[in-house]
Amino acid sequence: MSTPETTPVTTDVATAPPVLEISSLCVDYGVGQGAVRALHDVDLTLRRGEVLGLAGESGSGKSTLAYAVTRLLSPPGVITGGDVRYHPRGGEPVDVLAMTPQELRAFRWQEISIVFQGAMNSLNPVHTVRTQLTDVLKAHRPGMSRTERVERARELLSLVGISPDRLSAYPHQLSGGMRQRVMIAMALALEPEVVIMDEPTTALDVVMQRQILRQLVRLREELGFSVVFITHDISLLIEFSDRIAIMYGGRIVEQAGAAEIYRDPRHPYSDGLLHSFPALRGPRRELTGIPGSPPDLKAMPPGCAFHPRCPKAFDPCDRRVPRLAPVGTDTDRSVACWLNDDRRSGEA
Amino acid sequence: MKFVLQRLAFYLLTAWAAITINFLIPRLMPGDPVQSLIARYQGQLSSKSIASLETLFGLDQDRSLWQQYLDYWANLARGDLGLSFTFFPTPVSEVMAQSLPWTLALVGTTTLISFLIGTGIGIFAGWRRGSWLDGLLPVTTFISAIPYFWLGLIAISLFAVQWPIFPAAGGYDTSLVPGLDAAFLSSALYHAVLPGVTIVLSAMAGWILGMRNMMVTVSSEDYVMVAQAKGLPERRVMFSYAARNAILPNVSGFALSLGFIVGGTLLVEMVFSYPGIGYVLFQGVNAKDYPLMQGVFLIITLAVLAANLLADLLYVLLDPRTRKEG
Repeated sequence: MSTPETTPVTTDVATAPPVLEISSLCVDYGVGQGAVRALHDVDLTLRRGEVLGLAGESGSGKSTLAYAVTRLLSPPGVITGGDVRYHPRGGEPVDVLAMTPQELRAFRWQEISIVFQGAMNSLNPVHTVRTQLTDVLKAHRPGMSRTERVERARELLSLVGISPDRLSAYPHQLSGGMRQRVMIAMALALEPEVVIMDEPTTALDVVMQRQILRQLVRLREELGFSVVFITHDISLLIEFSDRIAIMYGGRIVEQAGAAEIYRDPRHPYSDGLLHSFPALRGPRRELTGIPGSPPDLKAMPPGCAFHPRCPKAFDPCDRRVPRLAPVGTDTDRSVACWLNDDRRSGEA
Repeated sequence: MKFVLQRLAFYLLTAWAAITINFLIPRLMPGDPVQSLIARYQGQLSSKSIASLETLFGLDQDRSLWQQYLDYWANLARGDLGLSFTFFPTPVSEVMAQSLPWTLALVGTTTLISFLIGTGIGIFAGWRRGSWLDGLLPVTTFISAIPYFWLGLIAISLFAVQWPIFPAAGGYDTSLVPGLDAAFLSSALYHAVLPGVTIVLSAMAGWILGMRNMMVTVSSEDYVMVAQAKGLPERRVMFSYAARNAILPNVSGFALSLGFIVGGTLLVEMVFSYPGIGYVLFQGVNAKDYPLMQGVFLIITLAVLAANLLADLLYVLLDPRTRKEG
């Protein structure tokens, strides 16, 4: 397992061109009076070939962000504003939110695939693994013959370390770890540019988590796709991702390289998250956790959403919402906290 | 395969128990067919004719219950269900052979049609939840809440009496000789329209409602979301992912309803005086025709058992999770 400090690609991806650009994305659940805002003006850029970690507590909007980007939000979720731009390899950027249903169908999985949260329920229980691996090929590669599709499915299974003779198995005949690996194989079937992983290992035991993550790292090095890795386990991200964005109450509160977040978190919430999980490597830290509970989306506190739980809250925190802004001279690092606002005190 | 044999053995045992009960119940009831005939002719039978009737019905021999039981099985094996006394001296098996095809054709076809139409509408209504199709639900529920015989009577009074478009009763034009010719078949079809449509109308709502609700439930499953994310064509997601899983309870419901084709048609056939097995049973009950009732019940029992077996097998075929390993 490589740490961010030793990964050679880290320096490359810092300057790599963007593959997915999200700007001021807003998502509401419900419409009109009862609407609840789940995402506030989220800006996020995924660069080609990088692993971007997305961390935060339950209800912070991580999964909503993933679903909004692929336009999979089911009602009552509505995208109320913002922009999602996808940059195809060697082509003009396309506006994902403006796609017609046909364009969207062709775009999904071909460019962005998703490994979903529930490893257990992502596979249809009444179809074999073969059917579910080949139907995506059938939909996106109409030129492929039946035997070619099955051959590709066998290849995909061996890619994730499952014996190809499990093709004719039904999902209930596989273990949880195997099912999740089948899902990963499926996500890679069309060799997409971006793979979104929504808590892919949460339902698995620790040993299986490690195995699958190691496999992912290897596959990414081989195939060179970008990853958005969503989890609440920040220690996993520190080890595994190039950059980390931390979400709280539907906003991104801090964004920085994995090593920087680990060494020097600038937002008190990031600091709290880091002290909520035991670090996988390095010196021991004291586990403190974060007092209080995540904010109720229906009754967001005024000002910074984190201020009621923040140990360092001071004068402007409960009145004004801090903007996500670069920290110091480092353009790759930004944080939304009044503590880091010495240079911007004049802003409203 | 082992599963199939196990089920088969279970249903054979159940069939044996049902047939035995079918044998015992009439013998536990007071009276016998001769006495009921005496009552029917209000004492106009001479003692001689009573004696000959007893000989005819085999009641003169003093046989033990066990002997009778063995005879009963032996007769069953030969397809001999005794003589009906409503249609005396026609054998029960012949009476049923005449009426069963009517029931099977009318109710079998309409059950299939209402299942297909209802499930189809249910798939679309569940998939496009909130569309105009949802407006159908209260209407179909209302129709299915109407007692069947009343719906039938309304249909007769409207379409056979008020506007005499369709015949009010019978299975075919009695001036025709039953046979497989165009004139007879079209007459039979014409007579089947009114009962057929009312059966479809009243049975369809259940299928629509069941299928729609299952579709709504299944549509929120993760694997349907995955299928959407995979960019599969919408038809494929709708049928192969959502409907394929949602249909399971409806299919077993359908298999069970096949069992009630034979037994559950009493009202239809009474209302429309349709020459099916239900109407025969109705006549048999009125005339205390025990052999006939026994025969009809036997057929009903066997049909329900066969339908249950079919439901079991269909489920195994459709849902791999119910298959046992090895």
